[in-house]
Amino acid sequence: MKKVLTHYLRPCYARMAFGFVIKFTGTIFDLLLPWLLAYIIDDVAPTGDRRSIALCALAMVLCAFGALSFNVIANRMASAVARDTTRAIRHDLFARIMTLSAAQTDAATKPSLISRLTTDTYNINQMLGRVQRLGVRAPILTVGGILITLTLDPVLSMVLVAVLPVIVLLTIRISRVSIPLYHQVQQSSDQLVRLVREDAAGIRVIKALSKTDAERARFDAVSREVIGREKKASGMMARVGPMTSMLLNGAQIVVILVGALRVASGHCEVGRILAFMTYFTIILNAVVNLSKMFVVFSRAAASADRVMAVIDLPEDMLTLPAPAAQNAPAAQDAPAIEFDGVCFRYGGSGETALEDISFSLARGQTLGIIGETGSGKSTLIRLLMRFYDPTQGEVRLFGQDARTIPREQLRAHFGAAFQSDTLFEDTIAENIRLGRPLTDAQVTQAARDAQAYAFVQDDKQGFDTSLAIRGNNLSGGQKQRVMIARALCGTPDILVLDDASSALDYRTDAALRAALRERYAGVTKVLVAQRVSSVASADLILVLSGGRILARGTHETLLASCAVYQELYASQMGGLDA
Amino acid sequence: MKPASSAPKPRDTKGTILRLLRTMTRESALFALALALTVAGNLLALAGPKLAGEAIDAIGPDAILWPVILRKCALMLACYASSALLSYGLSLLMIHISRGVVYRMREAAFDRLMRLPVRFFDEHPSGDIISRISYDIETVNESLSNDIVQILSTVVTVAGSLFFMATISPRLLLVFCVTVPLSLILGRRRATVTKPLFRARSRKLGELNSFVEEQLSGLTTLRAYCREDAAIERFDAINEEAVQAYYQSEYEGSVIGPLVNFINNLSLAMVSAFGALLFCAGQMSIGSISSFILYSRRFSGPINEAANVFAELQSALAAAERVFALIDEPAEPEDAPGARALREPRGHVELADVTFGYDPAQPILKHFSVDAQPGRLIAVVGPTGAGKTTLISLLMRFYDAQSGRIRVDEGDVTGYTMRSLRAAYAMVLQETWLFEGTVYDNLRYANEHATREQVIAAAKAAHADSFIRRLPNGYDTVLTDDGANISKGQKQLLTIARAMLLDSRMVILDEATSNVDTRIERLIQQAMRRLMAGKTCFVIAHRLSTIESADEILVVNHGEIVERGTHSQLMQAKGFYYAMYRAQFE
Repeated sequence: MKKVLTHYLRPCYARMAFGFVIKFTGTIFDLLLPWLLAYIIDDVAPTGDRRSIALCALAMVLCAFGALSFNVIANRMASAVARDTTRAIRHDLFARIMTLSAAQTDAATKPSLISRLTTDTYNINQMLGRVQRLGVRAPILTVGGILITLTLDPVLSMVLVAVLPVIVLLTIRISRVSIPLYHQVQQSSDQLVRLVREDAAGIRVIKALSKTDAERARFDAVSREVIGREKKASGMMARVGPMTSMLLNGAQIVVILVGALRVASGHCEVGRILAFMTYFTIILNAVVNLSKMFVVFSRAAASADRVMAVIDLPEDMLTLPAPAAQNAPAAQDAPAIEFDGVCFRYGGSGETALEDISFSLARGQTLGIIGETGSGKSTLIRLLMRFYDPTQGEVRLFGQDARTIPREQLRAHFGAAFQSDTLFEDTIAENIRLGRPLTDAQVTQAARDAQAYAFVQDDKQGFDTSLAIRGNNLSGGQKQRVMIARALCGTPDILVLDDASSALDYRTDAALRAALRERYAGVTKVLVAQRVSSVASADLILVLSGGRILARGTHETLLASCAVYQELYASQMGGLDA
Repeated sequence: MKPASSAPKPRDTKGTILRLLRTMTRESALFALALALTVAGNLLALAGPKLAGEAIDAIGPDAILWPVILRKCALMLACYASSALLSYGLSLLMIHISRGVVYRMREAAFDRLMRLPVRFFDEHPSGDIISRISYDIETVNESLSNDIVQILSTVVTVAGSLFFMATISPRLLLVFCVTVPLSLILGRRRATVTKPLFRARSRKLGELNSFVEEQLSGLTTLRAYCREDAAIERFDAINEEAVQAYYQSEYEGSVIGPLVNFINNLSLAMVSAFGALLFCAGQMSIGSISSFILYSRRFSGPINEAANVFAELQSALAAAERVFALIDEPAEPEDAPGARALREPRGHVELADVTFGYDPAQPILKHFSVDAQPGRLIAVVGPTGAGKTTLISLLMRFYDAQSGRIRVDEGDVTGYTMRSLRAAYAMVLQETWLFEGTVYDNLRYANEHATREQVIAAAKAAHADSFIRRLPNGYDTVLTDDGANISKGQKQLLTIARAMLLDSRMVILDEATSNVDTRIERLIQQAMRRLMAGKTCFVIAHRLSTIESADEILVVNHGEIVERGTHSQLMQAKGFYYAMYRAQFE
């Protein structure tokens, strides 16, 4: 919360001060009205001077207009401050999320990041607006009221002033308790987001298994938890208002008693006590309003903490300074890809995902990776593209430690299609281009090479066809081809296809392989596949098993030496003999 | 009750209010109690100042009546204490009521979500759905718990004050004949300005949510292509729209408070002017004017507060509209009247001249006919995008055919209950779906009656057992949505194991092992065969080796069956299938 106030609101300080002055002026106009009213009734009316009455009434109307326009202007300024601050916070949060490392994203979980970006920033927006709009009048009335009571009778005033620290202390204590409670509320609403997101994605399975009732039950549990926690948090905050009025009213009783004593001892007059009471009511209302502000504030404070927790995450996976020896431009003959004793384990699990992986691949060569399910194929790709850093060892690209290459530069080498890749709700052309400065001709060519051209052209709108959510209006194989086209587009230095053609029929797959051979000969390729035929022509094939390299070589040498590879080949090619 | 006919139109404000009120009627007793507490609390609060006045009256300049003062003070203490307790109780009550409403709204929204056809999810971004269920309902809630109390106590105070003012001077009350209509007119005009703005605000937040959800889902892709900056740029544009929409609604909405205050002030000016004039004309005493003004000032405070919450109430209405719109989405067609449960099906599946397209103008499947006798294995092959997966959507009735008939056991599928029809199939899709929960829970998702032994046996059959055991907590490892330590192939093995726990007469396998290595695929073939034994199976596969033993292979291209027959028949025909088969080895 502190950062919101000191950092994000800082550019708005001047505007807020100006807004405060305007609001202050508006409030003064507002407060002048009852004064004028008293003047009319007490002083003017008895004289019977109709002109003066009319004049005073006119002054009241003017004051009313003044209050209206000043308050409106101040409110609008407050909203603008809230808008600008929220925009900045949201921007920073989104930008930070974009640059989080994969491990950090895993730890925070996407549903939570989504709700931080939306609900939490929304809470902040609401709080900033409300506190500015409603939080000016109350302090003015409180401070003004106390000042006036001081002039009336300092001793009685002290009784009142003595209560204020108690109220402040109690309120702070309650908020200490309730801010963590609001944290819990937000956490459980993360679960709500997760569940809805999950079920929207898995609706086919849920319906197929007729599990809608079970999902309702799951939702019900989460929903009840959210409600329960909200009740707890709001119930805690609900103590503030009654507590404040009780304390102030108690003080009022003491004032009467002390006042009576002071009148008895001749230090005070009854009239003063009466006047004191009038101002007392004003102060009471103002303080109760302030405490209401506090509820909004506490909730937003919990949200702000959650947002700032992400923004303030330490930069992970920084680009290391290149050692002096490497500052010289990398030798032309440096291998395109080099793994040197790479070990890796994912953050949460103790199990080693990759162990002692070493290989090197020259420019323009093709690497085939094959291996059983869960043997670490995709993990190897994640390290290659530096989504994660190895726990041990080094990944080198074109002779440079991957950790020393600025991220943009590193990723610019790659064109990649992953196993679980994403299509966006956009046109096909834009899904291929993905915002890169690529010409229409390049997009078309990439689509041709990825064997996507034919089906794209089948549609009336061709490349301008809009894809549905998650590309749902395409078949599995069509989606993969669009993703491959994305990877090919612009001819990257290194092409990574991680089991990206699993949904393609053999014919299309063969055509794709032919296109890769002919048109992307100079590109260094990394192909992860289940089919031997997909990697058979590779310059180097790694057979992975349990995170280790079980065997390496070309198709021919592996066929001669590696039993697992032989078995794979036999199982896939067996059909020919039948 | 037929929701379709009695449901209000999405833009019908009155209808929305009525519906919101209706969701509260279940708490009507509690609501009445809340009302009573409000009245009692206000009365007690009114009694306080009165007692204070009496206590001060007892402080005479000459004699101080201590017993009176002490008694009044004790009474005040009692009054204030009980008023504080009442208002605390009222808050708790309102929290209880409003959370109850929120709970039921969420329940209704999710309930409807589960009954919506698959098409809805294909067409609506989940970000927007999330926004409705979380933010929109929350907005309604906030307004219910805070604003309603405010409005209630305003109504009580204003009504009371008006009554007293009428007893003092009905003539002076005429002033309100000017200001009340004036405020009504201004209020209405404000509302017409702000209503669309509040709607836009809710909508824009939904769009922001959709965008964020989509971009975060594709985060790896964005990072791989260094599209972070482009994404941030697009986010900025959408964020700008969202904050502007919020600002615009506040820009106009925050006028309401000062405006009402203004009218209040205006009536104050008029009351004092006319009161003074009446006094001059000798028709009213100063005392009456004072107390009249005292009452009119009494309600200016609450009215001010109410005016402030008015804008929030409008945003709550806009949010409620969006929630109700979701609840009013047409659900999946109900089971036809007289639909019967498909019990112990033999597994005879028949498609006759079926034509279907997601967009009716562009059919994906054309005049599709197949007769799958019980226990037969039907393989569907063909180039990608030929309509194979669509066929499954029709079998499962995720979509209904445009024309033609689909029959199971000689009965039209529309004549069966949806539940029993779907339960008759075990389905494994290429797109694996696992939820956040333990591996164990994910496996027994399809069959809650499965014992732990059965679950482990299924996992073993699917060759998933060994990797599951290597997970940090074995079967009790919690899978997270992007669980990086589980590969896609492993996810497929889990979904296969899940299907193995189902005892269905028909089996659908859509590229069920596309990301599983061929060795394991071959190993699980036996288990798969056991799963499929004696059952009617529909198998989609690109690895043609896996479907060679099929009883009938349908070769589909552009939504039409171009060839059909057994593997050897098709190989002899040297047609489309033959060419596809050869391509494997090129």
